[in-house]
Amino acid sequence: MAAPVPNPPEIVTSHGLSAEEYGRVLEILGREPNLTELGIFSVMWSEHCSYKSSRKWLRRLPTEAPWVICGPGENAGVIDIGDGLAAIFKMESHNHPSFIEPYQGAATGVGGILRDVFTMGARPVANLNALRFGRPDHPKTRHLVSGVVAGIGGYGNCVGVPTVGGSCDFDQSYDGNILVNAMTVGIAPKDRIFYAKATGVGNPVVYVGSKTGRDGIHGATMASAEFDDEAEAKRPTVQVGDPFTEKLLIEACLELMAEDVIIGIQDMGAAGLTSSSFEMAGKGGVGVEIDLDHVPVREEAMTAYEIMLSESQERMLMVLQPGKEDIAKAIFEKWELDFAIIGKLTDTGRMVLLQNGETVADLPIDPLAEAAPIYDRPTAKTQAQPVIAATEVPAPENIMGALKTLLGSADLCSKRWIWEQYDHMVMADTVARPGGDAAIVRVHGSNRGLALTTDCTPRYCGADAATGAAQAVAEAWRNLTAVGARPLAITDNMNFGNPERPEIMGQFADAVEGMRDACLALDFPVVSGNVSFYNETNGKGILPTPAIGAVGLVDDLSRTASLAIRTEGESLVLIGATTGHLGCSSYFKEVLDRADGAPPPVDLAAERRNGDFIRAEIGAANISACHDLADGGLLVAAAEMALAGGIGCTLAIPEDAPPAHAWLFGEDQGRYLVTTSDPEGVLSRAEDAQLPAAVIGATGGESLTVNGFGTISLTMLRETHEGWLPIFMGDA
Amino acid sequence: MKAAVIVFPGSNCDRDVEVALTQSMGAPPLMVWHRESEFPAVDLIVVPGGFSYGDYLRAGAMAANSPAMVETRRRADAGVAVLGICNGFQILAETALLPGVLMRNAALRFICRDVHLRVERKAAPFTGKYTEGQVIRIPIAHADGNYFTDDETLARLEGEGQIAFRYAQPDGAVTPSANPNGSRANIAGITNTAGNVLGMMPHPERLADPALSGTDGRPMFDGLVEALG
Repeated sequence: MAAPVPNPPEIVTSHGLSAEEYGRVLEILGREPNLTELGIFSVMWSEHCSYKSSRKWLRRLPTEAPWVICGPGENAGVIDIGDGLAAIFKMESHNHPSFIEPYQGAATGVGGILRDVFTMGARPVANLNALRFGRPDHPKTRHLVSGVVAGIGGYGNCVGVPTVGGSCDFDQSYDGNILVNAMTVGIAPKDRIFYAKATGVGNPVVYVGSKTGRDGIHGATMASAEFDDEAEAKRPTVQVGDPFTEKLLIEACLELMAEDVIIGIQDMGAAGLTSSSFEMAGKGGVGVEIDLDHVPVREEAMTAYEIMLSESQERMLMVLQPGKEDIAKAIFEKWELDFAIIGKLTDTGRMVLLQNGETVADLPIDPLAEAAPIYDRPTAKTQAQPVIAATEVPAPENIMGALKTLLGSADLCSKRWIWEQYDHMVMADTVARPGGDAAIVRVHGSNRGLALTTDCTPRYCGADAATGAAQAVAEAWRNLTAVGARPLAITDNMNFGNPERPEIMGQFADAVEGMRDACLALDFPVVSGNVSFYNETNGKGILPTPAIGAVGLVDDLSRTASLAIRTEGESLVLIGATTGHLGCSSYFKEVLDRADGAPPPVDLAAERRNGDFIRAEIGAANISACHDLADGGLLVAAAEMALAGGIGCTLAIPEDAPPAHAWLFGEDQGRYLVTTSDPEGVLSRAEDAQLPAAVIGATGGESLTVNGFGTISLTMLRETHEGWLPIFMGDA
Repeated sequence: MKAAVIVFPGSNCDRDVEVALTQSMGAPPLMVWHRESEFPAVDLIVVPGGFSYGDYLRAGAMAANSPAMVETRRRADAGVAVLGICNGFQILAETALLPGVLMRNAALRFICRDVHLRVERKAAPFTGKYTEGQVIRIPIAHADGNYFTDDETLARLEGEGQIAFRYAQPDGAVTPSANPNGSRANIAGITNTAGNVLGMMPHPERLADPALSGTDGRPMFDGLVEALG
């Protein structure tokens, strides 16, 4: 290799490396890196790939349980779901690309997370997404909603994986930096899981999928920097997806995985060929030699730099057993995908790249990974918000008017306009469709199912990241419980601002601690995740948003619950303690236009006790409908139950309750609203379990009534609830 | 009855219809790869939903020229029953086994939801287990389901009783608001003149199982088995 010349400082800076980091590069190599090598260091040490700011904290998260097969560190997390099967899942962000080019940014976010899951041997069975947009009246919001939703649908619908759930809310902190977090869940035979570990010196390294083009170069570096007003100039770094190729890649990979030929496999995601080859070789403790002349390329005269840093989509890297190349080649040819042997494993511990017969890069693998910088960045505490007593919060002029405001708000309105653009039924196993507390997808060919949800309440996290993050985990657990599932594990998608600012790092550290507490208390380990920093524009960060994706198991699909009121004349029973906590609530945001106050406390012991009780009641068919209480509190929950079932209800405020508006709109945690024909039985068992339960109303009629505070027809409520989003998007 | 399901690159409802057929037939159908032109004699050929060839060029346009479809066309002309669902309907329109075209939805967006269909004609082999005027609930999931044809063809479809299903209100009223995609005359499914080829945008295979909140699709598959032996 020709002796490289010293890199000018501006080249180093433009690759996102600090002077200190570059010093470390020189130390590792004992010489100047050439441009290709510099590019490789740049992406491997980017925040996106190296987790250099978050690693120290992430170690705090509980990742083990008897049912965890593989925790964080692989392409996705793996849990045992019984019957010889495993669920494989992960959630990942595609925030910056989606802001710059919403359709392709969101679409390729879906494509990337799908690959993380099927690369481990799972057939993807469900997609979910957690979306956060800026305030509705921001000039870009409508355009972004439209593009992101179309992109997610365009990709997921074509690959034929149902998009069954998610969340979508709006806050001005996302005006210049939306969040698009995509989650995929797959199912694989427990004994046929594939890992990204390359072993066996001499074994062939194989490239399959689409050709490599000049798209997405430096996407990982872009994802590791803040935005400014010139963000759109970065559009060429956004990749373009082709879901048709992805569908072929899924089928070809699964067909190949049924044969005994693959040693290790890894998708080419962020930092493309660079990170996939480094990670596989690093995990296996081997070296690798790649001849770039054999990489299928879309354009002529691509440089080594471009080939290694391209983020072209729908590509995979595999190490095959020697002599099995022909079996693999035949399968990829059947599916009309590129298949190329591009190199082999070596015993040198080095990554050697060849082009036109010359060595164009020669880097040590372990030092590059091990010497990746890890930062213990300074943290600063967020100032605690005062707890606001219910008696200090003004009541609305009209309770039913406030309910309409809430149900017709951007955050709490029906998201039907979104999920009807997603094929949520393909694969014919969607037992509980979008719109409930959790979706349920049947394990194909069985009477069991996976319950799936995504949750996070960013405004709570903004006020108190520890409580907010614990609440996000608890709410995910509660949503799975509310459909009758046993919660098993979560994936976390941590979206934060610039970690170099102590207050942001403080939010992150607090959020991890809050999640840790909740995961431990609820036996709900983290098995995969993704950290997205630098979500800020012009120095202003987003609300800290630790989005949680959760998976639970339904053992018997005939023993589940939905939120829909199905029968007239039943009792409404409220499970859990109500103090009327209004600080930081939806009532504050939507009715009072306030954002102050401490979020509701999360009592994890009560959460667990109440949830275990609910799950048992659903399993014993003692309750006919169940809904978790979240944003907007009790009255919003009752309204959602009535709307889902088309049957109304009447609530009576107990004598010992806090002020009416606090009882109706307070967001105390760990609560459920259920319907039952046997209230005495439910109350008596609740008493035995030592948890608060009270009959607070009855089902029936075609309207929602709060005794002493008025009545509103379901027709009017439905119009309000269903109307906001289509009107906002200009359809109604 | 013996049945075959054609599988294209990009098909994604092939397994779903395989499951629904197996349930009614008691045995699985034959899955035929798009490159095959010689497959065993069957009583029913299903062209399933999905995104054959990624919908590139035009939904169904490339699949229509595949060896398996050339053969399907030949067998349809010889009287074999052919059912096209969603992308399958688009492919049958592209092969000219059925008249008309499926354009982009009027709202220009993908739509996935349950719709109500009025069964316009009770006729073997496809709708023999329904009754005329019956309203059934079946999901749609498509971006290009806006059926269009010229006035003359539409008059012929109406006159010859070739309209199998129309989008309707739950009470059976065929109204503009019941039309999810802008199709002419609320058309959701049509047959050829001989009645042995049916194309429909809704997915009967998705609601043929009690665990999935509805079974209105099942009589179609049961009816096929009854009619075709």
